[in-house]
This record gives sequence, C-alpha cells and structure tokens, in this order.
Amino acid sequence: MANRKLRIMVAKPGLDGHDRGARVLARCFRDAGYETIYTGCHQTPEQIAAAAIQEDIDCVGLSCMSGAHKYLFPECVRQIRALGGDDIQIIGGGIIPKGDYQLLYDAGLKGIFTPGITLDDIVKWINENIVPNVKE
Amino acid sequence: MEITKKVRGGDVRAASRLIRNLEDRIPLAKDSIKHIFPHTGKAHVIGFTGSPGAGKSTMIDCLVAELRKRNKTVGVLLVDPTSPFTGGAILGDRIRMQRHATDPGVFVRSLATRGALGGLAKAVGDAIHVMDAMGKDFVIVETVGTGQQEVDIINHAHTVVVVLVPGMGDEIQAIKAGILEIADIFVINKADREGAGKLYRELVYMLSMVDKFPGGWKPPIIRAENIFAMDSFQRSLDEMTNTIDQHYQNLIEKGLLGDRIRRKAVLELNEALLSAILDPILTKLVESGEMKEMTDKLLKKETDPYTLAEGVASKYLVMPDV
Amino acid sequence: MYFAKELLESSSRMRQRWEDEVKKAVAKWADQKEDWTTVSSLDIKRLYTPEDIKDLNFEEDIGYPGQYPFIRGNQVTGYRGKFWTFRMFSGFGSAYDTNQRWHQLLKAGQTGLSTAFDFPTLMGYDTDDPKARGECGKCGVAIDTLEDFMVLVDGIPMDKITTSMTINPPATALWAMYCAAAEIKGIPLTKIGGTIQNDMLKEFIAQKTLMCPPEPSVKLISDTVEFGTKFVPRWNTISISGYHIREAGSTAVQELAFTLRDGMEYVEDVLKRKGLDVDSFAPRLSFFFNSHIDFFEEIAKLRAARRIWAKAMRDRYKAKDERSWWMRFHTQTAGCSLTAQQPYNNVVRTATEALAAVLGGTQSLHTNSLDEVWCLPTDHAVEIALRTQQIIAEETGAANTIDPLAGSYFVEALTNEMEEQAWDYIHKIDDMGGMIEAIHKGFPQMELADAAYKFQRQIDSNEKIMVGVNKYVTEDEQDIPLLDIDDAIETQQIERLTEVKRKRDSKAAKKSLDDLKNACKKGENVMPYCIEAVKSLCSVQEICDVYREVYGEFRDPAMY
Repeated sequence: MANRKLRIMVAKPGLDGHDRGARVLARCFRDAGYETIYTGCHQTPEQIAAAAIQEDIDCVGLSCMSGAHKYLFPECVRQIRALGGDDIQIIGGGIIPKGDYQLLYDAGLKGIFTPGITLDDIVKWINENIVPNVKE
Repeated sequence: MEITKKVRGGDVRAASRLIRNLEDRIPLAKDSIKHIFPHTGKAHVIGFTGSPGAGKSTMIDCLVAELRKRNKTVGVLLVDPTSPFTGGAILGDRIRMQRHATDPGVFVRSLATRGALGGLAKAVGDAIHVMDAMGKDFVIVETVGTGQQEVDIINHAHTVVVVLVPGMGDEIQAIKAGILEIADIFVINKADREGAGKLYRELVYMLSMVDKFPGGWKPPIIRAENIFAMDSFQRSLDEMTNTIDQHYQNLIEKGLLGDRIRRKAVLELNEALLSAILDPILTKLVESGEMKEMTDKLLKKETDPYTLAEGVASKYLVMPDV
Repeated sequence: MYFAKELLESSSRMRQRWEDEVKKAVAKWADQKEDWTTVSSLDIKRLYTPEDIKDLNFEEDIGYPGQYPFIRGNQVTGYRGKFWTFRMFSGFGSAYDTNQRWHQLLKAGQTGLSTAFDFPTLMGYDTDDPKARGECGKCGVAIDTLEDFMVLVDGIPMDKITTSMTINPPATALWAMYCAAAEIKGIPLTKIGGTIQNDMLKEFIAQKTLMCPPEPSVKLISDTVEFGTKFVPRWNTISISGYHIREAGSTAVQELAFTLRDGMEYVEDVLKRKGLDVDSFAPRLSFFFNSHIDFFEEIAKLRAARRIWAKAMRDRYKAKDERSWWMRFHTQTAGCSLTAQQPYNNVVRTATEALAAVLGGTQSLHTNSLDEVWCLPTDHAVEIALRTQQIIAEETGAANTIDPLAGSYFVEALTNEMEEQAWDYIHKIDDMGGMIEAIHKGFPQMELADAAYKFQRQIDSNEKIMVGVNKYVTEDEQDIPLLDIDDAIETQQIERLTEVKRKRDSKAAKKSLDDLKNACKKGENVMPYCIEAVKSLCSVQEICDVYREVYGEFRDPAMY
C-alpha cells in the first residue's frame, strides 16, 4: 500500500554553530511525522545541495544566525537548482532583518521564519505548502 | 524504461527518487526493479552493525574515504528508527558523512525503519539493488543500532562487520543480541580505552568455543585506536579494508557467495509473494468495508482471527486442486 | 542551626495557620495556574519561611564578603570602591570600523573593551577561504594578520585598558597578536591585561565553534595558562563560559553545573600536564555567565556559583591561596530572552537581567541592545544598553550595599537547591570519567537538546509566557533602524590579506610555521612559536591549519 512521507532537511550553511533552533526544529519535524535529515553545522551550499538531491528531499530548511544569509541562502538555492532539484522547496530562518526578505524571496525562497514563530505555526505552514514530490 | 536507463547511468536524482518510491511502496517502482534486477549482483555489499554509540557511522565514513582512495565507488544506506508515536524520524547518521556529499563517487541515502524490526528498513533490499545497478563497487549498509535483534543484515550483506566499543557492557550484549553469530569481522573501536583488552579477550574466548567456521573463515578482530591518533588509526583502517576484501575473496574461493545470495533471493521471493498476494486482497477488504466489519466482529468476540482469515482465503484465493 | 528552636516552633505554628487560610482562599478564588516554576522549570513555593533554611550554617554557608565561601562576593568593599566593569561586546566590519566604535564607547564611559570577531576569524579561517564567503565582518571584526590587529588597537592605551577577546579555537593566535602588538608599542607583557575566552569545552557542548578534537584543544588551553602564569600575569587566559550553554537551551542549573565542571576539567589538565602549583594559576581563571529573565533564579545561580567554586578549589584541589578560591566572572544578559516582536520591550528585559547580575555580584557586565534579535546593534541601541548599566549603578541604589538579598528565606533556599542539583550533575560527570568523556558520550549535548525542546514546547503551549510572542501580541509591527554591514568590505579585506602575503618575508613566515608544527608534534608550549608566527605576518588560518594538520579536525557529531 502506498504511503507517502514528507522528507525534510534541516541545514546549517556557513560557519556559525548556533544550532539550538536547527536541532529543536529537527525534533519538531520528527514529531510532526516527517522523515527529517539534519546536516549538522558548518555546511557549504554545495554540500547542502548534494545532500538534498541524494536524500530526495521535499523541503530544505536553512538556518543562519551569522548575518551571512544574503550570500548563503541564494547560493544554496542556486546549487540545489543546478543539481536538478527544481521541485525542492527552500525555506529559511534565523536572524534575518525584514529589509532582506525581498532579496531572499526573489532568490527563490518560499518562506522565511524568524525568532518568535511557534513550532506549530511552522508545521502548519509546511502542511499547507509542501507536498511530497511524486511526479515520477 | 527511462528511469532504468537513468539509474544504470548513475543518475543520483533518479535513483534517489526510485528508492523513495520503493519506500513509499508505489506500484510503479516495482516495475522499475523488474528492469533493474538483471543488472544487479556486481557490488560487494557490506553490513555494519553494533550497539548504539559504538561508532558505526564514523567507521563507515572512514571506510568510504579509504575506498575512494582506492578509486572505488560507494553507495551507503543508513537506517534510523521511525518513531512509533508520530511516524516521523530523525535520520541523523548522515551528519558524520557529509564530507563526502560533493564527491560524485559516493551516494549516501538515509532510510527510516517505518515499523520494520530486525534493524533494517523494508526497502533496504531494493535500495541495494538500485545502488548496485548504478554501478557502485561497494554498497555499505548501516543498521539502526538500537542494540536489539539486528540480525536481518545477514540476509542482505556479503560481509557483516560488527563494531564494538569497550566500556558499554557490549560483551554480553553482543551475545544476547545474536550479533556474534552473524559477524564476519569484528572491529573494536576506541581500542585505546580502558576495557578494550577485556573485550578483546572475551571475543577471542567466545570464538574459541566455535568448532567449525563456514569456509574456514574465523572472524578476525580488528582493533581501531583513537581516530585522532592519525597514523595508528590509518593502519587499523587499512587492516579493516583489506580484511573486508579478503573476506569477499574467501567467499568466492570457497564457493560460499552463492549461499549468501541464495539467502537474499529466498527472502526477497517470500516478500514479493506476500506483497503480490496480500496487497490486492487487503486493498479490496478495506475498500469494500469488509475489514471494518470483521474488526467489529472480533471486538464483540463473535469470532476469532483465524476463522476470519480462513474465510478470506477461501473467498479470494483460487487454489489449484491439491 | 541557623535559627533558635523557639523561632522555628513559632514559625511552624504560624505557617500551619497560614496554610489553612490559603486553602480557604484558594477554594474561593483559584490560583491563576497550577504550576509556578522558574523559567528553567524549578518548582517555586508560594512562601518561604525560616524553616526552609533552618539547616544553614552561617559561617560555612554564608559568612562575610571577601571571606570563604565568598557567596557574598570576593571584594570586601563591594561596589563602593569600584562598580563592575561596564564592558560592551563589540566588533563589526573591518578593524578600522571596530576601532572607531571602541573609541566612541570609551568616550561614552565604558571602562573595558570586549572584542567580537567575525565567523571566519572565530573558526580559524582567513577571509579568502571559500568557506568564509559572505561572512566577512558580518557578526564581528575580521582579523587575518597582525596588520589588521595593529589597526584594531590603534590609539588604545593597552597598558591602561583591559581587553576581552571572545575567541576560542584560534585563541593562541589572537592572543599572540595582542602580545606582539604590545611589544611593537613598547609595552611589556607584564603590563597588559585582559581576557581571552579560550574555553573549548563549552564549544563542544553548546556553541560548536570547532576545530580540533577535545583532547588537543584542552592541551592548547593549558599552554596559554602556563604561558600567562609565567609571562603575562595580568591576563585571564580562560573565561570559562556558561553563557553559550544557556543560550543553547540549558536550564540555569545545567549552566551552573556544566560550566563549573568545565572549570574543574581545565584545572585538572593544567595540574596533570604542566605540573604547576594550583595557586600559581587558579587566581587567573575567570568565568562568564548568562543573566536570564528569571530574576531570583539568576541571583541564586551566581551566588551558588561562587560557593561551589570556593569549595571545589579549597577541598577538591587543595588550593591554599584565598584568591584561588575566588570566582571572578563577567555576565551578559540573555540574548535568547529577547524577542523580535515589539523590540523596544527588550530594553526592559535587559534592565531586569542586568539588575539580577548586579545583585548576584558580577564583576563585569555586558547589556544586550534592543535590536540584537535582528542584527548587530546600531550605535543608538548600544548607547541605551550602556546607559542601562549606568542607571543601575548610579541611580537605583542597587550598588549601595553588599549582597542585599542574603538571608532572604527564598533566595538562600533557592541558592542551596541550585547548588545541590549542580553537585549532582558534577558528580555524575565525575563518574563518567570527566567532562571530555561526557562530551564524547554526548551527555551534556543531549541534556541541552532536551531542555531546549521542552522550553520551546512550553512556549508553544503557553505554559511559559513571552510577552509579544504568545501573550499581549500586537498586529502592527514596530520597525526599528537596523545596522547594515557593507558587503564591499569582504573584497577590501581579501585585497589587504593578499597584499600582506605578497610583501612579507615568505621564508621567515614559512620557517615560523614549521617551527610551530614541530612544537605541536613535540608537545611543547605553542605560545612562543605563535608569537613568532604572527610577527612574521602569518595569518590566523595559516596558524590554525598547522593545528588541524597535527591534531586532526573535529566535526560536530550533532546529537539530538
């Protein structure tokens, strides 16, 4: 019997190791019933993209606290697309000033989550916006 | 078929999607396996098992690095447990292998158990076929590592490596969990630690109790020291890699590889039969509402499961004259 | 016994009468909620009485300021001789940008400097490394070579102002730069003072600024302790930090226990590896705590910390010099208590947390700026944060008397309880074979992950309240001005570095790195070689690459 599961990846690009949020999210996604891959800290965009393809991920959640999101997030999108991950949705979170939102949306991010959002809200958003990639 | 061609050409995206569909038990994926199957059987499949915290993932990570140095391509399947409460899972072993992520010669894929017991996920067998068909020289499988009965790996791997670590009460646990019987190679990780000598001696003693090993292969015990003592660790890694090779050669020379492959074939046939016969019936039972009716009857104690099952069998299965 | 028998008897009698009345009152008007706990989920009683501290021994447990067990502070005069150091953590952009802000802060009345480095520097990479892309100057100042460092300390009186540097894996390299800069300015090493954070254990536990495995990391730290003890006596070579442990999600007790156990691990390593007398280096060990939003819990935590350390140093490590028993610490208000919503409320949170730190007897304080949830602080936000400290010092009267909450039934009982729970953790880690072993087993990491997840769930279920987040939420968002770091500085910094590498004596640079490598292999103290290397204009990454090569690179095993 067919049984589709959402596969989500929590990824930390860049050099900052503040992974409290990423680890809380990984647990939260498990408890929401998703199969969750966590990359660990200190990943390059290339590593994140390769992992997303190898794991057939539906949605990649990027976390960055260092202020380098303006470079790192668009670069992750670019690398994922370059490897053929056209149907992978990418969202981001961390310390991100509102002024940067448009730049990130334009780069292809589907959602941006910043401090103060509840886990339930994130899960609700994912349930409404992300479906398993099952075209093939 | 397009997807088969892609997989055989080593396309990671196609292969990963196919594994996904196999996990999700999409009927179409079975057809792909039909096309892939004839092209499998070339890869050396290595299983890694052992108790939690023994360092299986780290060992695999290092083995991958070593195999890459020797110009071999590698597929890795990592199994982690599904939460019985939520159906979700954290697939965390990959973290230790992320340094290989961008190496085109390495393909790492995580699988959740989704309720399967025995330390593996149901789709592992097929996932091995997929990586095998992609042309990987080696396919490495890591079991869940909960310290429970994780012996299913023997049905899938040509070589089973059991990783132990001193100071975790492993000695006894290993015997209890039946891991000892399935080991082709033992690795004592962190062998510079206190208790490593004792662990080694106990293993030697336990192996001395065995009269006869199949193919005369007495499982070697490799002691791997602290991973950061780089020179000595590299020596252990060389030893482990060479021993894995020797084990495979021994299987071939002694004509035992066939036995291992036959074991997997029997298992796969069993599962395929079960799914081919049972899945359509289950679907029908659910759709027609019979499943609910029968469950209600059971709850009211009007009948028992065996009677019901026999009823279903006689209704849906046309038996040839016996 | 702390109280006379008669007093306890009458207290018990009166308490019973009060409890009866509470029952009646609650029957009529129920409490707002069932559980009353600290932000870390410690149970708090409705009322504390003499009975809660009846077993206190005044001499052993409380005493006087400047006397064992130092729960009332190390200084006999309290804050009357000198307030705590107003030390604002700052750094952004280029060395020049940060130098400008330092001068501005000193003019505004700040009394000590504190350096924030950018992530490439923190992780031991140069700005031109591919891993550093996009990070240059973003959350601190970018330093690649001694040339940058000379710009950073330009016009700073290094013999008068103490400087704290938040740097961990590359601490030896950055401290070497400070020493070399002093030498170039003609200031002897005996005259410079300051702190390097240099606490790797909490990195493995919490913050994940990682480079080498735990064992050689601790060895490098012991090198700095030894070098400081012998040649730079006014320098604190470690700031054993609970701040990051708390920010990563620990409870107050876990912060207390893991930080102090980290401290013990360092003491043990120096004793074992360097054979120094404990009293020769212990007085220069310093600590760094978080001051979170739960007012009394924080005060009790800081008081308990001093008492635990004094006991450990006296009894466990047999230190004889009273200064070895002192716990000296810096405090920073809790970044994780701030909210992105209604950011001006953060001023109030920070003020409350700063007051707790002062009542807990901190020696040095950083107050967060209201905009730090969004970005690095703007000048104006930093000024408000600094003024917050000055108002507490000059207006509130909080500094008038020493340890004003001593003797409070509640505060003393809470201090005792937290100390007891901390010792339980410390002994558990002892049983595991010490902190490094515990880290290898993932014990503190898992404790933090559990606590962080639990807290987030409590917020989501409104069991714990954050104003503006899950209660008193407003729709209209308050916009605040934010600091933007110019992306162009990355290119400029790379150009600077390329230029330095081009014009330096490359033979001398290579030789100094080879010498450092040999020292590492032979197990010698790396500090003298590090100073030579930075003087030969070797970069932070070149030095750290030597460590990575000799000791191996440690990757986060990420437990959750």
